[in-house]
Amino acid sequence: MRKMKQSRRMIFGGMILSGTMALLALLSAVWTPYSPTAMSGAEKFAPPSWAHWFGTDQFGRDIFSRVMCGMGTTFFIALGTVLIGALIGILIGAVTGYFGGWIDEALMRLNDALTAFPSILLALVFIALLGFGKYNVILALGVAFIPSYARVVRTEFARHREMTYVRSARLMGASHGRIMLRHILPNTTRVLLPALVIGFNNAVLAEAGMSYLGIGVKAPDVSLGYMLSESQGYMMTAPWYVLCTGAVIVLLILGVSLIGEGLQERRGQ
Amino acid sequence: MRYTAKKLAMMLLTMVIVSFLAFLAFQIIPGDPTVRLLGTDATAESVALLRAELGLDRPFFVRYAAWMQGALQGDFGRSYSYAMPVSELLAGKIGITALLTAVSFLLIVTISLPAGILLCVREHPRLDRAADAVNQLIMAIPPFFTGILMTLVFGLMLRWFVPGSFVSPSEDFWRSAAYLVFPALAIALPRIAMTVKMLRASVRGELTKDYVRTAYSRGNSRWQALCHHVLRNAVVPTVAFLAMTAADLVAGSVVIEQVFSVPGLGRLLLTSIANRDFPVVQAIVVILALWVVLVNGAADLLNQRLDPRLRLS
Repeated sequence: MRKMKQSRRMIFGGMILSGTMALLALLSAVWTPYSPTAMSGAEKFAPPSWAHWFGTDQFGRDIFSRVMCGMGTTFFIALGTVLIGALIGILIGAVTGYFGGWIDEALMRLNDALTAFPSILLALVFIALLGFGKYNVILALGVAFIPSYARVVRTEFARHREMTYVRSARLMGASHGRIMLRHILPNTTRVLLPALVIGFNNAVLAEAGMSYLGIGVKAPDVSLGYMLSESQGYMMTAPWYVLCTGAVIVLLILGVSLIGEGLQERRGQ
Repeated sequence: MRYTAKKLAMMLLTMVIVSFLAFLAFQIIPGDPTVRLLGTDATAESVALLRAELGLDRPFFVRYAAWMQGALQGDFGRSYSYAMPVSELLAGKIGITALLTAVSFLLIVTISLPAGILLCVREHPRLDRAADAVNQLIMAIPPFFTGILMTLVFGLMLRWFVPGSFVSPSEDFWRSAAYLVFPALAIALPRIAMTVKMLRASVRGELTKDYVRTAYSRGNSRWQALCHHVLRNAVVPTVAFLAMTAADLVAGSVVIEQVFSVPGLGRLLLTSIANRDFPVVQAIVVILALWVVLVNGAADLLNQRLDPRLRLS
């Protein structure tokens, strides 16, 4: 009972935190306090003030506005990544788990080989193949995330395959496709939902990491990771640059991970 | 025994698939390395000559077989951009990355296991909740941000090390410690939090089991029940998790090496990707994958040792 309350509190807190961030990110598409690219020689490295909440950077650009845009980029990439990874992963996992047989064996061997790579390494290789940029990051990370979703979904489908309700549905003449989509898939949400949220989190982390390494998003797109690597050069002159940018990344991850943890804890009961 | 043999065969198969994928991936990319090496206005003859020299004119499977044969003997071909054998290029870097990974794994084990066990000895609702909150926060801080903060505080402000430079242990052991411990800690911190959380969850799960009540009824204290009965069972998933972590640390070190300017495999990988120096990228990818497969395999075998039930499946 106490656990139930705690998990609900975690999900609630995470929702508020992520919701605020998401709203700010959405808002950045239409409005930011200043233009994220407007430079101002007079206001180079202005410390945080009422005019510039997070201060300004080496070109006098408003850091708060840039952080808002950066969150937008991050949300966009993370959503795209999860979408690609989950859709293809679910498809592969469902088919292999449901039908089994040698295709299942072969695909799972391939899956094992791919999960042997930490996903950021896999994404690095894909970026090396595709080149930089927002859409390539989505593609690289999305593909890198497929194996983990395929595995989770496969286990669930293999478990449900032999259950009575699936057999009854089969006896009643339901097609394989219908059973997979209408009967088994809804039963996997308890496992799938936390996996999706955690995947989103990993995507945020990976995107920030890649942009930090300079192999992710490229200008004119603003990215939190890239801002962080830029701010590293001015840590002593403008500590607010690195601290504000980093804090936003931490809050972003914290919010989503609270939701993920809460969901997972709820599943455990 | 049969299990071990099967496991080894699986690992070998996985390695073959990985090496094949790594090789294939760098064959199908657009962008001919000869263009990079000779420039766009090279004559057709010189391009053909270089392609023959690099072996690019041979059919795919012949090149794969030749490359595999070389790789097994430690020969990964020549780097395009450094004009030296890849193996020589890697030699100095592997040690640094391995050391960084080892230090960080050591930190994880020596911090997380005692901390996790100590937090389980007695139930303090307040302390538990505080520990949960701290754990949650630490897990949310990306290692590269921790690393940046560390360079700010310990490098720029306290001057325990000079950001942007590196001292290797062979030069000066004690000075190099500062250059290794901070990056290792940056990688380790979120993992420590995860391990503590994992260990506590599995201890809590075990504590509700019947055998614990039996142990109590025979007069065991909580500490005795924990040491003699619970931990043996609770530690199994944690060991599995730690082994997985050991495999993941390599990826963490790729990013952290950049933050602290550690001249390891990760930095070489990044510059090689930027330079489209495929033989180097291929070699690093295969070496890292080999490491991951080996560690995962060892983890499975260890797990199976610890938990005899797993031997049946």
